[in-house]
Amino acid sequence: MHIHRRTLLALALATGLTAPSLALAEDTIKLGILATFEGAFTVLGEDGMRGAMLAIEEANGMAGGKKIEIVKGSSDASPDSAVRAVRKLVEQDGVKVVVGPLSGDEGIAVKDYAKTQPDVTFINGTSAAQDTTLRDPAENFFRFSTDGAQWMAGLGTYAFNEKGYKKVATVAEDYSFPYTQVFGFMAEFCKAGGTVPSKSWVPIGNKDYSSVIAAIPDDVDAIYVALGGADGVNFLTQYQQAGGEAPLIGGSITVDQTVLSSKGKMRDVVIGTPSAGPIADTNDTPEWLAFVEAYKKQPDAFPSPSLFAHGYYINTKAAILALDEVGGDVSDGGKKFREALSKLSFDTPTGKVSLDKNRNAVADMYLTEVSEGADGNLYNKLVKVVSQVNQTLGIPEEEFLALGAVSRENPSCP
Amino acid sequence: MTLAIETPRKSRVDTLLGDIGIGQVLLAVALLLYPAIASDFFLTQIGGYSLIWGMIALSLMMLAGYGGMVSLAQITVAGLAGYMVAIFGENNSNVHGFGWPWWVVVPIAVFVAGIASALIGAISARTDGIYTIMITLAIATAMYYFTQQNYALFNGFPGFTGIRAPDFLGIYWRDPMPFYYLCLGVAVVAYAAVLYCARSTFGLALQALRDNPRRMRALGFHVTQHKIVTYFYAGLIAGLAGVLLVWFNGRISPGTIGVGAAINVLIIAVIGGMRHPIGPFLGALVVVLMQTFAIDIVGAERFNTLIGLFFLAIVFISPDGLLGLWGKLKPHLRQESLRSGP
Repeated sequence: MHIHRRTLLALALATGLTAPSLALAEDTIKLGILATFEGAFTVLGEDGMRGAMLAIEEANGMAGGKKIEIVKGSSDASPDSAVRAVRKLVEQDGVKVVVGPLSGDEGIAVKDYAKTQPDVTFINGTSAAQDTTLRDPAENFFRFSTDGAQWMAGLGTYAFNEKGYKKVATVAEDYSFPYTQVFGFMAEFCKAGGTVPSKSWVPIGNKDYSSVIAAIPDDVDAIYVALGGADGVNFLTQYQQAGGEAPLIGGSITVDQTVLSSKGKMRDVVIGTPSAGPIADTNDTPEWLAFVEAYKKQPDAFPSPSLFAHGYYINTKAAILALDEVGGDVSDGGKKFREALSKLSFDTPTGKVSLDKNRNAVADMYLTEVSEGADGNLYNKLVKVVSQVNQTLGIPEEEFLALGAVSRENPSCP
Repeated sequence: MTLAIETPRKSRVDTLLGDIGIGQVLLAVALLLYPAIASDFFLTQIGGYSLIWGMIALSLMMLAGYGGMVSLAQITVAGLAGYMVAIFGENNSNVHGFGWPWWVVVPIAVFVAGIASALIGAISARTDGIYTIMITLAIATAMYYFTQQNYALFNGFPGFTGIRAPDFLGIYWRDPMPFYYLCLGVAVVAYAAVLYCARSTFGLALQALRDNPRRMRALGFHVTQHKIVTYFYAGLIAGLAGVLLVWFNGRISPGTIGVGAAINVLIIAVIGGMRHPIGPFLGALVVVLMQTFAIDIVGAERFNTLIGLFFLAIVFISPDGLLGLWGKLKPHLRQESLRSGP
C-alpha cells in the first residue's frame, strides 16, 4: 500500500512542479533561443549562440526597457527534435519570441509549427532552406538571415564568365540546404549558358566517396562541392587520392578553416576555388571589423565569426530592435511586435538588411576566392560584394516560382 | 516472476481482481485523473510521449525480458508503421498520400509492422545474445540509410510532413486531452496484452525456451517458430506506438528511426527494468523527463553529460533498472512498517 500512495504522491508532485511557470515579473521578457547543442552540428550551434549572446550583450541584456531572460532549447539538427525543443520553449516555458533554428529542414518544421501558434513570433537562426519562407510561409516566421540560394549570388556568373567553366558536376549532401545551394548556383550558371551533366547527392557523414568520384564525368571543367565540415575534407582528400584534377567551386560552408589549412597536393587544388556566402572573413569594412573584435570577446570564440554566429547575431539583433520599438510589449499576441519586425530595416556588419513580403531578408552577399596570403597561409579573398540580393535572385517572382521547388532533380540543365 | 500454476481454479472474478492487483488499479486512477492537473505540455509532450516510447520499449521488453532476444530494430518497426500512415493516409509532401481513411490505414500500418518484425525475427531468431543485437542493429542502420536515400517510397531525407491524426466522433484526436487518453488507452491494451501473454501457455513456453531452448526442443516445441511469432506480436505493439508517434509529431523522416532512436529504446528498457511490463513505461517517463528538462538544470553545453551520468548511476546501483531498485527497497520498507507497529 505504501508504494501506491507514494507513487501517487510522486506523480502529483511531478505534475505540480511542471505546471507552466508564470512570468516572474512584468519587467522581464523571455527570449527562446533554439540551436543545435547536440549531434553533428554542436560546434556550429555553439557558435550561433555566441552570435546571439553578442547581440544581447550589445543591448546590455535589455530589450524595450525589459530585461531579457534567455531560455535555451537544443536540437540535434533533425526536424523532430527541433519541433520538440521549440514546443517546450513555447508551451512549457511560455516564451513569446523564439530565435532559431539552425539547419535547413529544422526551419521548415518550425515554420509548420509556427502556424499552430499564431501568438508567438518566430525569428530564424541560420536555417537556410528556400521554402521556409518562399512557398506556403507562416505569418509569424521571420528570416533576417538569407537563404542558401541567395548565398550563392554571383557565383554562377563568376564561374562561367571569369573562370571560364562551361561544364560543371555537383557533389552535395542530400538534404534541403544543399539542394537550395545547388539551386542558387545553377540558377545563374545555367542562365549564363553553362551545363551541369551530373549531380551527386551523398548522405550527411558519408565516409566513402569512391563511387561518387567514379560517377563524375571526366570532361567537366570544375566540380561544385557543397559539403560541410568533415564531409568536405573527406571528399576532397579522396578526390585527390583518386587522381582527380578538376578545379573546385565551393558552397557557402565548404571552404572553411579545415579546408584552408590543408597541406600538400590538395592545397594546390584548393587555391583559386571561388565560393559565396553571407559573410567574408576578409571583409575590411569598419563595421565588419568591429563585429569581429566584439565577437572575439565571447568565450571560446573562433578566430573569425562563422556564418552561424553572424546569422544568429542578425536575427537576435532584429528581435531586440523591434522589441525596443514596441517597448517590449508582446501582450497583444505580438501583433505590434510583428508589425515592427516586418518594417524593420537596419545596418548590420554586412550591410543593410530589410524584409520582403514573405518576411525573408534582402541583404548583401560576398563572393570570395581562395588565395595564398603573404605569410603562405590560404585565405578567402573577397572578390566582390553583390548588393541587396532578394530571395528570387533578381528574377521576377512569377518566373522564379515557375522554376519549381528545389529538389534533387530541380533545376536541371544537363 | 514466473507464476506457479494454480491448481484449483478460483472463480473468474476473484482471479481477475487478484491478477490485476490493487496497485495497478490505483495507478490507473492516477493516470486517468492526470489531465485534471497537468498542463497541455505535460499532457502530450511528457504524458503522451512517454506512453508512446513506453510502448516501443514494451515491445522490446516482451522480446528481451520473456524471450531473451534483445532486438534493436523495434524503432525501425514502429517507424515503418509511421511511414505506412504517411504513405496510405494524407501528407502534404506531395509524395504518395493516398488519403485512405484512418480505419483502413491503421490496421495496414500495424499489420505491416507485425510482418516486418516477424521477418526481422526470422532472420535473427536462430542467433543468441550479442549476435541478435548485431543483426538487429545492422537491420536498423540499413533501414535508416535506405529511407534516407530512397525517394520513390520514403521520400528520402525530408520524409513526410503534414500528417494529421484523424477526426473521429467529432473529436480531433491530436488535441492534448484526447491524444493523451488515446495513448493511455492503447498503452493499457498493450500492457494488458503483454501481461496476459506472459501468463498464457504461449508466454510460459517462451520464458522456458529463453531459459533452456534445448530442453524445449526436446519436448517438441518449435523454438524458432515460437520466437518468430513472438516477434510478430511485439511488432504489433511497436506498430501501434509508431502510428501514435507519427500522429504526435505530425511528420516522419529518417531521423525518427535513426540509430540514436534505436539506442534510446534500449536505454528506456534498461532504465525501467525488463522484469515486468511496467518497467518500460517507468523508464520512458524518466528518460523523457530527463531529455526535456536536463537543459534547464545544467545549461545547453553539458546537459547530455548529466543525462548520461544519471543513467549510468541507475544502472550502476541497480542492474535491473528502476524495477530492480524497487525490488531492493521493498523488503526494507516492509520491515520498517512492521517495526513501527500497526
